[in-house]
Amino acid sequence: MPAYSEKVMDHFMNPRNVGEIEDADGIGEEGNPVCGDLMTFYIKVNDNRLSDVKFKTFGCGAAIAVSSIVSEMAIGKTLEEARKITPAVVAKELGGLPKNKNHCSNLGAQALNRAIDNYLEKQGIKVKTRRRREDEDE
Amino acid sequence: MRKVYLDNAATTPVLPEVLEAMLPYQKEIYGNPQSLHSWGDEAREAIEDARVKVAALIGAEPEEIVFTASGSESNNFAIKGLATARQSKGRHIVISAIEHFSVLHSARTLEKQGFELTLVPVDKYGMVDPEEVARSVREDTVLISIMHANSEVGTIQPIREIARFVKEAGAIFHTDAVATAGTVPVDVKDLGVGALSLAGNQFYGPKGVGALWVKRGVRILPFLEGGVQEGGRRAGTENVPAIVGLGKASELSSKEMGARVERLSALRDKLIEVLPSRIERVFLTGHPTQRLPGTASFCIEFIEGESMLMLLGHQGIAAASGSACTSKALKASHVLLAMGIPHEIAHGSLLFSLGVTNTEEDIDYVLEVLPPIVDRLRAISPLYAKFSKEQKRGS
Repeated sequence: MPAYSEKVMDHFMNPRNVGEIEDADGIGEEGNPVCGDLMTFYIKVNDNRLSDVKFKTFGCGAAIAVSSIVSEMAIGKTLEEARKITPAVVAKELGGLPKNKNHCSNLGAQALNRAIDNYLEKQGIKVKTRRRREDEDE
Repeated sequence: MRKVYLDNAATTPVLPEVLEAMLPYQKEIYGNPQSLHSWGDEAREAIEDARVKVAALIGAEPEEIVFTASGSESNNFAIKGLATARQSKGRHIVISAIEHFSVLHSARTLEKQGFELTLVPVDKYGMVDPEEVARSVREDTVLISIMHANSEVGTIQPIREIARFVKEAGAIFHTDAVATAGTVPVDVKDLGVGALSLAGNQFYGPKGVGALWVKRGVRILPFLEGGVQEGGRRAGTENVPAIVGLGKASELSSKEMGARVERLSALRDKLIEVLPSRIERVFLTGHPTQRLPGTASFCIEFIEGESMLMLLGHQGIAAASGSACTSKALKASHVLLAMGIPHEIAHGSLLFSLGVTNTEEDIDYVLEVLPPIVDRLRAISPLYAKFSKEQKRGS
């Protein structure tokens, strides 16, 4: 097994907020099954705050742990605050990720961002396509 | 917690008899086999005795056996040593697309040095077509290397037929028998090959020892240069305890092979037959009948191998996967891809490799523990959600 931190193991063994939201306000998907990690995030927005976040993830232990902790960190945050959850912040919160897992498995923040983009677009707000800021992973 | 080791393809455990045989050579019998005194004599007699036993395992002559430090070394030695010894005749090599990296990368290195390489494809079962090999052979082909069996998917290759097809070509035919020697009957004369690799830790011998069989009269360049050990083909003070262990493991395999094959095949078949009745969308990888007795390899759709290994590990079960996420390079197994398995399905690769220490209770435990693990990961998987929705729509 890769050397995962205790926190990664905890979120992998007991992932928080797994599932779909039927009447989600925004849905975001990141990754693809060919590369091995696919994450879908569902959000409910209340008063500019994320009142609920759920996810489904196909991928390795790191991918599942990342999704779980992103959902946990995001709930209750304003959209602006949630935007500040970056892959680097996620990795730090998890007590670090093995080097080779930092890119492909650390897509939770991007998936959440896409869900927020999707929500804003539904509100008629134009969103600049957010790039995957992989440079932040280091 | 119950502990179940089903990763014998990575390495088998060392049998107690093997360890017993080795111990004196770790302690009181410490002489250098090349020394001209009684300490040396004792050590030399021990490695020559091991040579006889290894030769007997594969139907060879003792003086045709060269001890190495691993199966990978044997393969490096064979590919580089046999090809370069023949380069005045030609510089073309034929191997299969599913060879072990120690063959594949050695051949790639030769390619960089000016050799030409042809990779023979495999079918969906991971099987090489002997006629395809024959078609790849040219006038300047000096080496053909096709593995006897692939431990990732279990498929056993028709080496005998390939040997018959390429007999006229004049190229040396090497086979990587690391997965088969000591596990299923291997006879070099019957197979019709010119060189063969094997490794101790694949059949209950120690790690750090292997052998290369080179048919008498076949030229090979030395792998390690230095002293006169191993007929000058492989220098360096011999690893006496490990060689003794390899000899003992060979002796035990020769004696117990039939019973082992019968028992392992029955356990393997139970796993292969029952698992699909407990999990939907799981399929066997490799050939349904021409396969290693202990290899039960699957792809389980909509979930990923590393997550399965972690949850299996949590329940005391050791297995392996060819998924991209389980490899350090994050690349899916080249074997699965060469068989035409798409990337997204290769991610769900799960490999159980059985050994003599396994019991029917071990298999029952896997059959009990794995389905809930699969359910649990599928409940998180967006791919499975999509599949379920489509199925509902379809019905």
